[in-house]
Amino acid sequence: MIRFISLRLFRAALTVLAVMTFAFVVLRMSGDPAQVLLGPDVPQNVIDDFRADWGLDKPLWRQYLAYLGAILTGDFGLSMRGGAPALDLVLERVPATLILTIPALFLKLSIGIPAGIYAALHRDSTIDRGVIVLAILGFTVPSFVMGLVLVLIFSIQLGLLPSGGFGTWLHAILPALTISVGGIGLLARFSRSAMIEVMGQPFIRTASAKGVKWRDVVWGHALPNAAVPIVTIVGFMVGSLIAGAVVVETIFSWPGIGRLLIVSVSNRDLAVVQCILLLIAAVMVCSNLIVDLLYGWLDPRLRAQPAH
Amino acid sequence: MSLVTPTETAPHRVVTLPRKRRIPLAVAAGLGWLALMVICAVFADLIRPYDITQMDLSARLSPPGTPGHWLGTDELGRDVLSRLFQSVRVSLVIAFGATIISAVFGTTLGFLAAQFRGIIEHLVVMLADFQAALPFLIMSLAVLAFFGSSMILLVGLMGFYGWERYARIARGLAISAGAQGYAAAVVQLGATPRRVYLNHILPNVASTLIVSMTLTFPEIILMESGLSFLGLGVQPPDTSLGNMVGFGREYLTTAPWIMLGPAVVIMFTTLSISLVGDWLRDKLDPTIR
Amino acid sequence: MSFLLEADDLVRVYTGRGGLLGKAQPVRAVDGVSLRLGRGETLGIVGESGSGKSTLGRMLLGVDPAQGGTVRFDGRPMPARNTTEWRALRARMQMVFQDPLAALDRRLTIAAQIREPLDIHRIGTEASRATRVTELMHAVGLRPDQAKRFPHELSGGQRQRVVIARALATKADMLVCDEPVSALDVSIQAQVVNLLRMLQKQTGLSMVFISHDLKVVRNLCDRVAVMYLGRIVEEGPSEHLFANPRHPYTQALVSSVPEPGRRLDGRVILQGEPPNPAKRPPGCAFHPRCLRATDICRSGIPALQPLGTDRTAACHLVAGETRAEVA
Ligand SMILES: Nc1ncnc2c1ncn2[C@@H]1O[C@H](COP(=O)(O)OP(=O)(O)O)[C@@H](O)[C@H]1O
Ligand SMILES: [Mg+2]
Repeated sequence: MIRFISLRLFRAALTVLAVMTFAFVVLRMSGDPAQVLLGPDVPQNVIDDFRADWGLDKPLWRQYLAYLGAILTGDFGLSMRGGAPALDLVLERVPATLILTIPALFLKLSIGIPAGIYAALHRDSTIDRGVIVLAILGFTVPSFVMGLVLVLIFSIQLGLLPSGGFGTWLHAILPALTISVGGIGLLARFSRSAMIEVMGQPFIRTASAKGVKWRDVVWGHALPNAAVPIVTIVGFMVGSLIAGAVVVETIFSWPGIGRLLIVSVSNRDLAVVQCILLLIAAVMVCSNLIVDLLYGWLDPRLRAQPAH
Repeated sequence: MSLVTPTETAPHRVVTLPRKRRIPLAVAAGLGWLALMVICAVFADLIRPYDITQMDLSARLSPPGTPGHWLGTDELGRDVLSRLFQSVRVSLVIAFGATIISAVFGTTLGFLAAQFRGIIEHLVVMLADFQAALPFLIMSLAVLAFFGSSMILLVGLMGFYGWERYARIARGLAISAGAQGYAAAVVQLGATPRRVYLNHILPNVASTLIVSMTLTFPEIILMESGLSFLGLGVQPPDTSLGNMVGFGREYLTTAPWIMLGPAVVIMFTTLSISLVGDWLRDKLDPTIR
Repeated sequence: MSFLLEADDLVRVYTGRGGLLGKAQPVRAVDGVSLRLGRGETLGIVGESGSGKSTLGRMLLGVDPAQGGTVRFDGRPMPARNTTEWRALRARMQMVFQDPLAALDRRLTIAAQIREPLDIHRIGTEASRATRVTELMHAVGLRPDQAKRFPHELSGGQRQRVVIARALATKADMLVCDEPVSALDVSIQAQVVNLLRMLQKQTGLSMVFISHDLKVVRNLCDRVAVMYLGRIVEEGPSEHLFANPRHPYTQALVSSVPEPGRRLDGRVILQGEPPNPAKRPPGCAFHPRCLRATDICRSGIPALQPLGTDRTAACHLVAGETRAEVA
């Protein structure tokens, strides 16, 4: 067990390092930030000064080491626009994103999983068919289309809800709904197939043949076994709490991480983009780690197995 | 409460068999729609009434149904229908190219991991870990924003989407075939690894891989349209489905048809592929998730 | 007479994962086996499941790597695995598997699979390969109209015939059959064994026949080696060994075969757990199950000792008896 955990921790650390390297490579190799930020008509000495200030004149590997060292000490650099610490800028936006994504996560879990399980237990009924169709619709409609359609209906046609911006809780309804639709569909579909698979296993049939109450068969035997694949999806959703709202925040002009990312990316604000990428990856890696450990707990057989 | 009597669960097969015999209506509709889309994409140049950049400033924002512009025009008086045909072509080409790249890349890595194990296997796992850590949209966003968006880069980038799915499948099936199955037998006959993988393992895993492709394809369409919607995918003057929705968004109140046409096409296309994919999976490979 | 195959001190260790801590636990599946196989000879290898027969069979073919020991084929050392020479040598040594369905590619026709070794080793022309396939199908008793069939359309016995035909396609000198009939219906087993015997007589190939079915081994093989937990415990000509087994394990195996005309009360019944190579007992590995085990059996590992001119056995007690006889 200790070996298992330390192996997973090592892999997680390696992954974060890979993401840091990716961020560095993409952001530094793709062009001279000095040129982009200062514009084309700036005299050479200004550019040189700027590059010296930001350490852009050193060899690349020195920049890389300095970058890794700085991150390890918690220094994510200053925004190249405005000069505020990048980490502060980013963390400032986290609550706004979570205001959307956490309620959306609850919606996904509380609708998607029960719907999927209900459909699995009433296989081939009308409700099952309905759940399948809605589920497929849910995740085949892109979030930007869903968002715009909701705006069209609820803001423009009915005038019930604001079409964008940040303020009262009314502003959060449409974006949160938009985010949750795809996840509900995905979870419903996954829970349904996981449940159907488990229900077809011999031990479930044995249990019900032995006269175990139907309710106990479902709750005591089938659900715990169907949990493993469902946990994977939920883990992924928890991991994307920060990253899952980029498109939706853009549609609804919501001042969260996603908007900040889009704005910083178009401004080529290296420090801020780097910081966001790392934050997203860190959250994702942590939730993957937790899912892995949960697996070990849910299914001891997996502990002794190699990576795949 | 008698739902799980053995007769209910055991004849899994009995329940599904009659379904397999004929193509269900929804799947047939999906296939029809996909055929239509492919025709649009292939013959886009022939069937579109106007050039996609041809402006008609006197007919700006004409609503659908206007004679000559059956789906209306956009803010510059360009014909929405013509642009839609071109968008279908661009989006399908990107998704198709990317799906193939991803399948080839992933399958190759999976086979390499199965053949050499050890270090290569660890590298593949690391790469997959990395991809699981950064949502694909975010990674693409960073790359496209900083390297600029070109068609080649876009297809190449999307080609990394979903490779780990193929890699996992290909590796798993190759290992089990090699452990005691036909692959071990063929190796023992003196076949080269090339022959074993190309003549034996690949044909055997092909149906599973094709089913996976029907999962990846709509996801790539959604990814590309999302990026294009954000302005980081296909760049004007060329157009794609997501890009049309993105630009049409500003006219949501005054001219919703600009954005609704492509939105509907995206929905129907991804929906059709998902339906057809589900059906194919039932038919070809009941073991895959 | 030089031997076709000479194996010396073969060792195969599997390092599987085990236990909660994931600590690797080495399993010595084959533990110092030496064998000789003459030209045209049929050697049986018997033993309970898990005794390392399949592993040994694959090592004799050079398919499984050896952690120790050497295999010489036709006087030359076995080339390294997956080299060009190794692959070329496959044309001369072939294998017949326990599960013919698993050994066949379910997407290719019977004819294509029988033909495959010819394609791989580039033997003959298009036309001659097709002729050879027809010839082989006839030789193993398949109907010509089955050429275009797929494996799942045949019965188990027919599939095994396909595997045998494929193994014979390149006119190999040696065939390793790993429990070729144990997955088949009892009614089919004799047919396939007879086919193997007939083909062996016709072509004069050497054969290693792995089985846990002593009756089959007895009427097919010239010589027999008995394996227990990765080691050969007794070896000798088939007739003598079965008529007069010396090692207590062989005695138990032989007496467990029901035979008409023999009373059941004299049977030595194998007791205790089946062997587990991960938990190998010290001393003679068989001692926990041996009725005659003494102190020396619990401490010292017995070596294979010659018993007369053509037999060997690895047992402290048998060695003692022989010495006593000689003295
Ligand atoms: N690929 C493998 N990995 C790990 N252990 C193995 C492997 N193959 C066989 N073994 C172990 O080696 C021992 C001998 O196996 P095998 O050669 O198949 O014996 P037999 O054919 O006599 O039943 C068994 O205990 C088995 O568990
Ligand atoms: Mg065996």
